[in-house]
Amino acid sequence: MTQFISYVLPGVPYGCTYALMAVGLVLTYKASGVFNLAFGAQAYVSAVVFYITVHDGWPKWAAFCIAVVVLGPAIGLLLDRLLFRYTRTAPPLVKLVPALGLLIAIPSITQMIVGTSARLSPPALVLDPSHVYFHLSGSGVTGEELSTTTVTIVVVTALALLFRSGGLGLRMRAVVESPRMTELAGIRADLVGGFAWGLSSLFAGLAGVLLAPMYAELSASNFTALLVAAIAAAAVGGFRSLPLTLAGGIGLGVVQELIGGYLPSGTILSSGLRPAFPFVVLAVLLVSRRSFRTGAPLGDPLAGCDPPAASFRPPPRMTEVALGSRAFSGLLVIVFIVTALVLVPGNWEFTLTMGLVFSIVFLSITLLTGMGGQISLCQAAFAGAGAFTAGQLASHFGTSVLLGIVAGGVVAGTLGAVVSIPTLRLGGISIGLLTLSFALLADNVLFAYPWAGNGASGVSVPRPKIGNLSFASNGAFFWLALIVLVIVAGAVKLLGTGTIGQELAAFRGSETAASSIGINVRRLRIVAFALSAAIAGVGGALYASLQQTVSPDDFNYEFSLVFVVVVAAVGVYSVSGAIEAGLAYVVLLQLISNLSSRYSSLLAVVFGLAALSYVRHPEGVVAFAKSTVLDRAEQFARFVQREDIQAGS
Amino acid sequence: MALLLEAVDISKRFGGILALSQVSLRVEEKEAVGLVGPNGAGKTTLFDCLLGFVLPDSGRIVFDGVRIDHMPAFRRGSLSIGRTFQRLELFSGMTAREHLLVTERARRGTGRLWKDLLGLGRPRAEENRSAGELLELVGLSDVADVPVDALSLGRGRLVELARALVGPPKLLMLDEPSSGLDDAERETLVSVLHRVRAERGTAVVLVEHDLDIVAAVVDRLVVLDFGRLIADGPVDAVLADSGVRRAYLDAEP
Repeated sequence: MTQFISYVLPGVPYGCTYALMAVGLVLTYKASGVFNLAFGAQAYVSAVVFYITVHDGWPKWAAFCIAVVVLGPAIGLLLDRLLFRYTRTAPPLVKLVPALGLLIAIPSITQMIVGTSARLSPPALVLDPSHVYFHLSGSGVTGEELSTTTVTIVVVTALALLFRSGGLGLRMRAVVESPRMTELAGIRADLVGGFAWGLSSLFAGLAGVLLAPMYAELSASNFTALLVAAIAAAAVGGFRSLPLTLAGGIGLGVVQELIGGYLPSGTILSSGLRPAFPFVVLAVLLVSRRSFRTGAPLGDPLAGCDPPAASFRPPPRMTEVALGSRAFSGLLVIVFIVTALVLVPGNWEFTLTMGLVFSIVFLSITLLTGMGGQISLCQAAFAGAGAFTAGQLASHFGTSVLLGIVAGGVVAGTLGAVVSIPTLRLGGISIGLLTLSFALLADNVLFAYPWAGNGASGVSVPRPKIGNLSFASNGAFFWLALIVLVIVAGAVKLLGTGTIGQELAAFRGSETAASSIGINVRRLRIVAFALSAAIAGVGGALYASLQQTVSPDDFNYEFSLVFVVVVAAVGVYSVSGAIEAGLAYVVLLQLISNLSSRYSSLLAVVFGLAALSYVRHPEGVVAFAKSTVLDRAEQFARFVQREDIQAGS
Repeated sequence: MALLLEAVDISKRFGGILALSQVSLRVEEKEAVGLVGPNGAGKTTLFDCLLGFVLPDSGRIVFDGVRIDHMPAFRRGSLSIGRTFQRLELFSGMTAREHLLVTERARRGTGRLWKDLLGLGRPRAEENRSAGELLELVGLSDVADVPVDALSLGRGRLVELARALVGPPKLLMLDEPSSGLDDAERETLVSVLHRVRAERGTAVVLVEHDLDIVAAVVDRLVVLDFGRLIADGPVDAVLADSGVRRAYLDAEP
């Protein structure tokens, strides 16, 4: 019993911060339908500001006021006002992409402002965190445990009372169902939404400041992990109930510590399962609870009043303009290949080859998310599966790497089909969360085994060779990557115009109507996941062969998030979008590597902020820029035609 | 005439509400049946039970001589039944023409991965032609290549109607097809229904509040109220029935 208590107690403060963050998630989900993944980043900002102000000699209460009471809600209100107010009735993907973009961009912006120097031993809000105040059946209760528990219980109780008394919860639900209808009923929807965002961001900030002293160093990744656990806690409450969310958060924190305590230490399962545990819980809940099985959410009954949603399809063009645009694109491709081969200095050869490889991985997102409307947050894990397959085959059986790349595609595709099976009853955001849980599990547990990713030491993958033809040099590998890219891009394009692509488009448009015309939507989802994962696997194997050694860190779950953000920002609905995204990603990465370390995370800022445009321009920034140029070209062409007619008459 | 659709003793309970209580519906080949009743009477639930979107608690459904009540929705969708929805269910992002092309493929189930990869998946000339004819029929030729999100509610309903007519189906199940239509579109709707019945012999089940349209299209009227079937017979006789007048007609302002 004493041992049990000694494991339980340290889990409580973690659990409390999970619960606080989860309550924030539930609040915004209730009030705006947005699953705000950016809370992790917001918590980090508050923690950083609190750290800096306290170290500058501010009294803690003043630092708390600035970092949590003022800054927390301010960020939330800003996000609501500028962004999420407009996505209340939007499809899940439109709500998810900007939230992901913010999750990635905000910590990077913060680092650029305050610098990247390590911030050690973050200060505690109240009470000395390590001082033992009293004993509970032999185990000392520290200030950390005491303060977080008290603060959490007080805050959540106050919130529950607020909900009970004012009918606020009801109003929030009404705003999500139909902001227009709610306004007709005399409730100011924007006010209700803004209030929820401010309040939940306050909770996120509070969670951040409370969590910071539990780690030796203030780092953004701890707060992303916090968010991940909070999602699971919110799922315990069914994304609705606050008391259950609170219980879920604390329960998760405690069970995590118990796993650490009771499972044999030093094994992969115990070290990996601890961080991944919340997502195992989330996965089980998502699959087993009926309330998550809602298919497509009902649209706003008054949606007819709104202008039609932004279309991702390019408008039809005049023949001359369309031809000119094609010719120009063709020219660009040729110029790219020629410069890559002739003019590019050595270190850029590798970069551009990497760009082609990333384009292949990104095509997996074009297929699944662009064509099929399915959200997957584990594409990097599929890429990893392909990479490790090729590596293990080469090192254990001496299999040729080219064969290994194909095998990597097959293994990843199989894995994709398997992962998609539990998602079959789910819709929208739940699929995203379930795939994210798989990414974490792969990351922490699966890839740590020697037969898979081999943990930190990684797997080595040689460059391929066919007879005398060796792809050992970067220049030769460029050709290989280009050929594979052309094959994969062509296949995706053919699928898009063929029956499967059209059925996927129908599925994306309306699951109900798709089954009413005889499309087996479950099988279609499995096929889409399998094909997409196979493409990611091929890309991952090529990546591995280009790098020559890969470790699980190369396929971290954060990459899965970054990939979706990058592709959505550049253009998720077209094959060319994936290629542009792949090249832009590596080229920017290379350029940024020349800057000072403070700007090392500029890439995340650029793509994260670009992803916010997805709400208005789902076609992506490149397609948007292109259509702006073509609009002008069309105007010009019309003008010329008119001149011709006048000149002729 | 041969029996096309036979549903016997369909019951469905949602929590405490008995949405359907032992409702039976028979539709002969080439017959048009109107299904009316106040809102909440169970009309859409009956549609959903017949087409597999809701599993009835009890009952037996036979379509064209085959038991279908254990088939999943998509399998019933690949039978020759066309359906429209009370709340518009369009494939957002696709054009009206693409709606018809994908429906044609999906109903016949001839799409294969290898065909797509060999470039054989594009719509063939005859598929394009029959899609063009259907668009002509419902009067949507001018907006055939516009993404449906940009269409008005009325035209969206006509896209759904055209999609339901792909096949062509033996049975057309329409759930309030006239709501949101303007006068010209209503006329199109009625004339399209007359034409498909005359030319193809399509049977129709029509849920509709506009009794003028119902009277113009159907041969027989079925009335639902609180999940129970309260009348079934020729249109005039049913509309004159006192129980029906009390439950439905007088309830309408």
